[in-house]
Amino acid sequence: MIVAEQKPVGEILAMLGAGKRILVVGCDSCVTVCLSGGEKEVNVLCSALRMSQKGFSRITGRTVKRQCDREFLEDIRKDAEESDILLSMACGAGCQMLSDFFEGMIVLPALNTLFMGSNEGAGYWLERCLGCGDCVLHITGGICPRVRCAKGLMNGPCGGSKGGKCEVDPEHLECGWNLIYHRLKTLGALDRMMEIQPPRDWSRSHEGGPRRVIREDIAL
Amino acid sequence: MNVNKNKSGLEKLFEKGEFVVTAELGPPKSVDPSVIDAKVIALKGAVDAVNITDNQAAIVRISSIGTGIYVKNAGIEPIIQMTCRDRNRLGIQADLLGASLNGIKNLLCITGDHQSLGNHPRARCVFDIDSIQLIGMVRDMREKGVFQCGEAIRNGKHADVHAPGFFIGGAANPFAEPLEWRVDRLRKKVNAGVEFIQTQCIYDMERFSRWMKEVTARGLHGQVKICAGVSPLKSAGAAVYMNEKVAGIVIPDHCIERLRKADDAKAEGLKICIEQIQQLMEMEGVAGVHIIAIEWETAVRGIVEGAGLLPRPEMEE
Repeated sequence: MIVAEQKPVGEILAMLGAGKRILVVGCDSCVTVCLSGGEKEVNVLCSALRMSQKGFSRITGRTVKRQCDREFLEDIRKDAEESDILLSMACGAGCQMLSDFFEGMIVLPALNTLFMGSNEGAGYWLERCLGCGDCVLHITGGICPRVRCAKGLMNGPCGGSKGGKCEVDPEHLECGWNLIYHRLKTLGALDRMMEIQPPRDWSRSHEGGPRRVIREDIAL
Repeated sequence: MNVNKNKSGLEKLFEKGEFVVTAELGPPKSVDPSVIDAKVIALKGAVDAVNITDNQAAIVRISSIGTGIYVKNAGIEPIIQMTCRDRNRLGIQADLLGASLNGIKNLLCITGDHQSLGNHPRARCVFDIDSIQLIGMVRDMREKGVFQCGEAIRNGKHADVHAPGFFIGGAANPFAEPLEWRVDRLRKKVNAGVEFIQTQCIYDMERFSRWMKEVTARGLHGQVKICAGVSPLKSAGAAVYMNEKVAGIVIPDHCIERLRKADDAKAEGLKICIEQIQQLMEMEGVAGVHIIAIEWETAVRGIVEGAGLLPRPEMEE
C-alpha cells in the first residue's frame, strides 16, 4: 500500500493562509490502513483546525472511498462548492485527482506521501517497492535491492555492511544485500549472486515522465 | 580502432613483479593549491602512484580528475577514483574521456560512500550503475570501443574509434559482511574486468591472511594485482572509534593495547604500520601496498623507508 504521514499541524495552518471555509477530504484506502488519512484522522485534524483560533468559519470533514478515482468524488461536490479550500488527506495521487476534479478550487496536501510498503507490525511500515517498472525480485530471492539497499546496488553488498546492518543507519537499517545473500543461501541459489547484472533500464521508471498503463482490452 | 592505451607506469611495475607502493592523496576542500603542493612534496619519490579520492566520505572537494591532472603535471602518476554516487553513466563516461584526453591512465572504480554520511546529506544520490557495472563499462570502452549504450566511441559514422584505455582498478573489503561472500565479490569484479585491487585498511592480519589464502586457492591473484591497504593509527582512542563505528574496519585488541601503552602513540602507530607492510610483503598473492594516511601524508615516506621499500624503482612513462 501507499504509506503517508500527516504534515505537522503548524505547517498545514500556514498553508491554509486566509482561507475561511475548509473541507478536509480523507481517503478510505491506503492512508486509512496506515492511519494517516482515514475518517478518524480527518476528524482529528478537523478538531485541531477548529481549536487553532485561526478564525475559520467552517470546517467540514468528508472521507471518500478512493480519492484517486473520479467516480467517488462527485459525492462531495456540494461540500466542496461551499468551501474555499480543499485539504486533501490522501496520497499525492489522491490529492492531484481532487485538484483535477474540482478544477479552479484550491486543493492543498495535508499529508506527505512516503512510499509503497508493507505493514510490519503495530505502527511500523516498511518501504518495499520503488515502482521502478522493471522487477528483479525473481533474481534476488524476493527482496528488492533497489529499495532495500541504500545505494540501490545490483551486484551484491558494498563495503558498508556490519553485523547485517547498513552503515547509513546501523541502528535501524538492515543491509538489503545481506538479506538477499542469506535468502538465496536458504534457497540453495547463491550462484545467482555471481551473475553480473547489467546497468538498469531506467526508461521504465519515472525518467520518461509520468508512466501510463493502458489496457485496450478493457477500454470502453 | 585506436585505444588511447600506453600502459601506465603502475601497470608496468606490476608486470615486472615489483612490490608496488601507492598512497592516497585526498584533494582539499578549497582551490588553495598549497595543500596539494605539500602532499606532492611528501609523496613524490616515496610511492609509485597516488590514488586521488573522488569526493571522499561524500564531502565536496576538488574533483579527482582535476587534482589528478595537477598532480601529474607535478610529476607523480595519479590513479583516479571514480565513484558511482555523483554521476550517471553519461557523466561518468564524459569525465573518463576528459581524464584520458589529459593523459590519465589509472582508474579506480568504486561505488562511493553514501551521501548521507557526508556534507550534503540532503543531496539526491545517483548510483545509476554500481562499481561492478562501472568496471564492465570501462572494460567495454577499452576492449570494444563502445559506450555503455553500445555506440562506437567515434565522432562520425566513418571516423576512427578513439577509445580511452584505462588500467582498471577496483576496491575490495575483506572485512565487510557477509564475510563468506567477500572473495566471491572479488571474483565478480575480476569477471567484470578489474585488473588491480586496492583493499580497505587492514589491521587484522590474521583475518586478512585467511581471505588471501582463499583468494590464492581460487587463483584470483593470478588474474588481478592485489594491493593491501594499510593506514597508520595515531592514537588508541582513534583506533577504538574506527573499530566500533566504521563499517568494514576491524582493529584487533592487541593493536589498540600497543597504542594505549606506548609513550608516543603516533610513533607506535607508524611502527605497527611498518610491521604490517613487512608481513604483507611475505604473504602470497599480495602485489603491493596502498598507504591510506588520511591527512597525514607526511608520514608516508618514513613508513615506506621503514619497511625497506626505498628507493622506489624508476617509473617508465
